[in-house]
Amino acid sequence: MTAVEIARDVRAGTRRARDVLEEHLARVDEREAEVHAFNLVLTDEARNAADAIDAAVAAGADPGPLAGVPVAVKDNLCTRGVPTTCGSRILDGWCPPYTATVLERISAAGGVVVGKTNCDEFAMGSSTENSAFGPTRNPHDVRRVPGGSSGGSAAAVVAGFAAVGLGSDTGGSIRQPASLCGVVGVKPTYGRVSRSGLVAFASSLDQVGPFASTVADAALVLDVIAGPDPLDSTSVAETPPSTTDALSAGVEGLRVGVVEELTDTDGVQPEVRAAVESAAAALAHAGAKVERVSTPSARYGISAYYLIAPAEASSNLARYDGVRYGLRVDAEDVATMNARTRAAGFGEEVKRRIMLGTYALSAGYYDAYYRKAQRVRTLIIRDFARVYESCDVLVAPTSPTVAFPLGARTDDPLAMYLSDVCTVPSSLAGHASMSVPFGTGEAGLPVGVQVLAPALAEPIMFRAAAALEAAAP
Amino acid sequence: MSAERADDYEAVIGLEVHTELSTATKLFCGCPNEFGAEPNTNVCPVCLGLPGSLPVLNEAAVEYALRLAAALGFRVPERSIFARKNYFYPDMPKDFQISQYEEPILADGSLDVEGVSIGIERAHLEEDTGKTVHVGGGGRIHEADHSLVDYNRAGVPLMEIVSRPDLRSAEQARGYVTELRGVLHSLGLSDVKMEEGSLRVDANVSVRKVGSSDLGTKVEVKNMNSLRSIGRAIDFEIERQVVQVEAGERVVQETRHWDEADGRTHGMRTKEGSSDYRYFPEPDLVPLAPTDEQRQHAAASLPELPAARRARLAADWDLADDQARVLVDVDGLADYAEAAVLALTAGTRRDVALWCTGDMLAYLREVGASPAVLPLPPDGLAELIALVADGTISRGQAKDVLGECLREPRRPKQVVEERGLAQVSDEGELARFVDAVIADHPDEVAAYRAGDEKERKKKFGFLMGEAMKATRGQGNPQLLRRLLEENLG
Repeated sequence: MTAVEIARDVRAGTRRARDVLEEHLARVDEREAEVHAFNLVLTDEARNAADAIDAAVAAGADPGPLAGVPVAVKDNLCTRGVPTTCGSRILDGWCPPYTATVLERISAAGGVVVGKTNCDEFAMGSSTENSAFGPTRNPHDVRRVPGGSSGGSAAAVVAGFAAVGLGSDTGGSIRQPASLCGVVGVKPTYGRVSRSGLVAFASSLDQVGPFASTVADAALVLDVIAGPDPLDSTSVAETPPSTTDALSAGVEGLRVGVVEELTDTDGVQPEVRAAVESAAAALAHAGAKVERVSTPSARYGISAYYLIAPAEASSNLARYDGVRYGLRVDAEDVATMNARTRAAGFGEEVKRRIMLGTYALSAGYYDAYYRKAQRVRTLIIRDFARVYESCDVLVAPTSPTVAFPLGARTDDPLAMYLSDVCTVPSSLAGHASMSVPFGTGEAGLPVGVQVLAPALAEPIMFRAAAALEAAAP
Repeated sequence: MSAERADDYEAVIGLEVHTELSTATKLFCGCPNEFGAEPNTNVCPVCLGLPGSLPVLNEAAVEYALRLAAALGFRVPERSIFARKNYFYPDMPKDFQISQYEEPILADGSLDVEGVSIGIERAHLEEDTGKTVHVGGGGRIHEADHSLVDYNRAGVPLMEIVSRPDLRSAEQARGYVTELRGVLHSLGLSDVKMEEGSLRVDANVSVRKVGSSDLGTKVEVKNMNSLRSIGRAIDFEIERQVVQVEAGERVVQETRHWDEADGRTHGMRTKEGSSDYRYFPEPDLVPLAPTDEQRQHAAASLPELPAARRARLAADWDLADDQARVLVDVDGLADYAEAAVLALTAGTRRDVALWCTGDMLAYLREVGASPAVLPLPPDGLAELIALVADGTISRGQAKDVLGECLREPRRPKQVVEERGLAQVSDEGELARFVDAVIADHPDEVAAYRAGDEKERKKKFGFLMGEAMKATRGQGNPQLLRRLLEENLG
C-alpha cells in the first residue's frame, strides 16, 4: 500500500491508522533482525500517535495529508526526548530538547514516526557500514549494502517497515541508497526544506528529503516538509509550488538532456548506462525532446566535494568535545579530555574527514584547497546554467553501480567516495535531483536513474520522474 | 632609562575595542541579553550550540552597526559575510565563534580625538563566548579543582572596532577610548561598562625611533579593565620596550597580560606555534546586505555626539573647553546638568555646570556612583542654585546643603529650613545688630575712625565678624557690610 492510499483511507475513515501501523510493525518483527534498518523503533510512541489520529478521524477532524502514514526517520534528525545518535558513539545518551522542523511538519500532517533509522556516522559514507551500531543490509540481498548514508531509511521503505522515509543528502546520501534499494529518493533544492534540527555534516550541502516506493508518495512527503522556516536562515522564503499537482502534467515538449560526463564516465556499469539510455528513450517516446549535453567541470565535482564537505564537517563536529553532552572520557585537563573523548567517540571515517577538512582550511593551504574547491563549485554552477538554457531537466545515473557486497569498499575510501561521482555535482550546485528506480542490473539488483533539475524546479523534475516511473521496465 | 633617551622614541599604538551591544536579545537567537542572571538560565539550543540548531541573525545588531557607521563615517559594503573562527575552548559552545573576517560590516571610519583624526580600519559583528569560573586553587586555572561554565553570555552580540596604528601615547589611547565610549553610549549601542566587561580593550603596542616610519615588533596587551589601567599598561609597555631596544635586545611578538596589582605586563604562557583559526565563510548564514532603507533609517536617527555636545555646551553655557569635556565625558553628567538647566528658575547654566563638575563630581568619584542614582534629582540642584541666586543662602552654605542632599533624599529647601540657614536680609533687623555691635565696642570703633587704611581694614574686619556672629551667621553679608560702612561713616 502506498502512502497516498494509506492517507486517503485513513482520512476517509475506511482504514485505521493503528492497523496500518501494526502491519508495518509486524514486518519489522519479521525482518529487522537481518536488515537492521533502525537504531531505535518507537513502538509505543508510534502506537500513541496512530491512536490519536484514529481518534481525530472518529471525532470528525482531518489529521492531514499524511494521516496514518508510517514514516522512518534518519537518526540525524532531532527528536525531542528521544535519543538522536547520528550513528555515532559520541552522542551517547543525548536526547535533544527539541524536534526538527521537518518532523514537526510530518507530525502536524498526521504522519506516524516509526523509528530512527541507521546511517553512516554523521552521514559520512555511502554504504551505512560506518555506523557505530553495525551495518544496515540491503533487503534485496542482505549480503549487500543498502547504500548510504541514509541506508536505514531506504531499507526501511523497501522492506515495508514504513511507507515512506526521511533522509538527508549531502553528496548523494538519499539518491544513492534509493538507487541501490530500488526506491524513489529526492534531494530537494538547497534551502527548499528546513535544516533546523538536522544534525549538520556539511551545512552548505545538507538537505532533508523523502524516500518512497512511488513518485507520488515522494511528492506527497516533499509537499509536507518543504517551505520556509524562520529557524533556518538559508531556507528559501518563497512558498513552494505543489509537486503532487505536477505529477499528471506529462512530459510532452519537455527538453531533456543526458549528461555525458556522468553517464559515459569510467566506473559506470554497462547495465546502469543502459538504464539511463533506455530511460531517455522512454521520455522521448512520451513526447520529450532528448539531447546529449556536456557539463565538463562536473568531472571535478568529487574532488571539490571531498574538500568542501570535510572542511565544513571539521568545524561542525568540533562541538563534540565532551563538555556539554554525549560521551565524555575524563582526563586530568580539558584539552586531554577533549582529545580522548573524540578519539573514543568518533569512528575512522569521521576522523579521516575531520583531518582532511582541518587540513584544507589551514593557513597556507586554504587557497590551494578550500578556495579552489569553491571555484570549482562556481564552475559547475555555470556549466549547469548553460545546459539549462536548452534543457528543462537532465538525466544521468544515480550510482555508477548496483548494490555492492558488504565490506567490498570499506578498506578503500577512494573507491567508496567514487560511489558519489554522479550525485555530487547537483549537490554542489544546490539544485534539485532525485533517483527513480528504472529496471535492474547486475545480479537482478535495482538500478536508479537520476533526474536533475535547476534550483526550485521540483515540479518539472517530478513530471519527468512520474513519466520514468510509468515507463520503467 | 633617562628621560632624554625616552624622548628619542615614539610609540605606535592600535586599539581593538570589543563592546557588548545592548540589544534586547542575543546575536543569533531569542535569548535575553542581560548581565547578572543566574548561571545558564538565558540559554537555548542555538546559543548552546546543540546539534541541529542554526543561527538566525538579530536585525537589531545590524541596525546598531549602521548607526555607528553613520556616526563615524564608516563605509558599509553592499555585502558582508560571517565567518567561523575555529578553536577549542570549553566556554565556546560550538568550539567555533561566529565572527566576521574577510568582509566585515563596516570599513574605514575615523574618530576625532582632541583634534587628531584616528583611523578606524574596520568594525565587525561577532558573538561573545560564555564564562568559565575556576573553582579551588584561588580561582586560577592551573591550580583549580574543577571549572564551571556559564553560557549566559554565549551569543551576546559584540562589536569589535579595530583602530589603525595611529595613536602615539598612552594618554592619546585613553582619549580615544573615552571618546569612543562616549559615541557608543550616546548612540545607545552599549552600556560601555568596562568593569562589567561590556567594553574590553586590547592594545597593540610597538616603539620606534622618532622620525622613523618603520613599525617595530608589536606586542598585544590584554586584561586592562579600566581607563586608568589602559593608561598605566600602555605606559609600562612602552617603557619596557624602549628599555629592551636600548639594551640591544629584540622585542618578542607576543601577547602580554596586564597585572593591575603589580603594575606590570607579563608574557602569557603560549603553546608552540601560533594559533590557526581556520576562518571560512559561515555556511549557516546568508550574506549580510543592509538595504538602502535600513541605511537611511540609521543615518536619520542619529543623536547628538559627544564632540557636538561639548561644543554646544561650551558656547551656550559659557564654559571653558575642559569644563565642557568633563561634563560630557563623565557618564550621565551632562544629561543630569541639562535636566537641571531645564528646571532652573534663578541662576545661570554656568552655575549648573560648575556645581556638576565641582562638588557633585568629587562626591561621585568618592563613592563611585553615577549621576543617575543620586538621591538629589536635577531639579533639586536647580532649586539649590536658585537659593543662592536669590540670596537665601550663601555659596558656602550651599556647599553644605548639597553635601547633605547628595547623601540622603532631601530637598535643598527642606535642609535650609530645618537647619535655620536662611539668610537674614531684612535691613531693619540687620541694622539693629549693627547698632548693637557699635555700641558694645566703642574702643574698636574709635580706633577705626582714627586709624590709617591698614588699621581701618583690620578693625572693620573685626566688627564685621562680630556682626555676623550676632546674626548666628545668617546675615546677608553684602547687606551687613553696607550697613556697617554707613554706620561707621
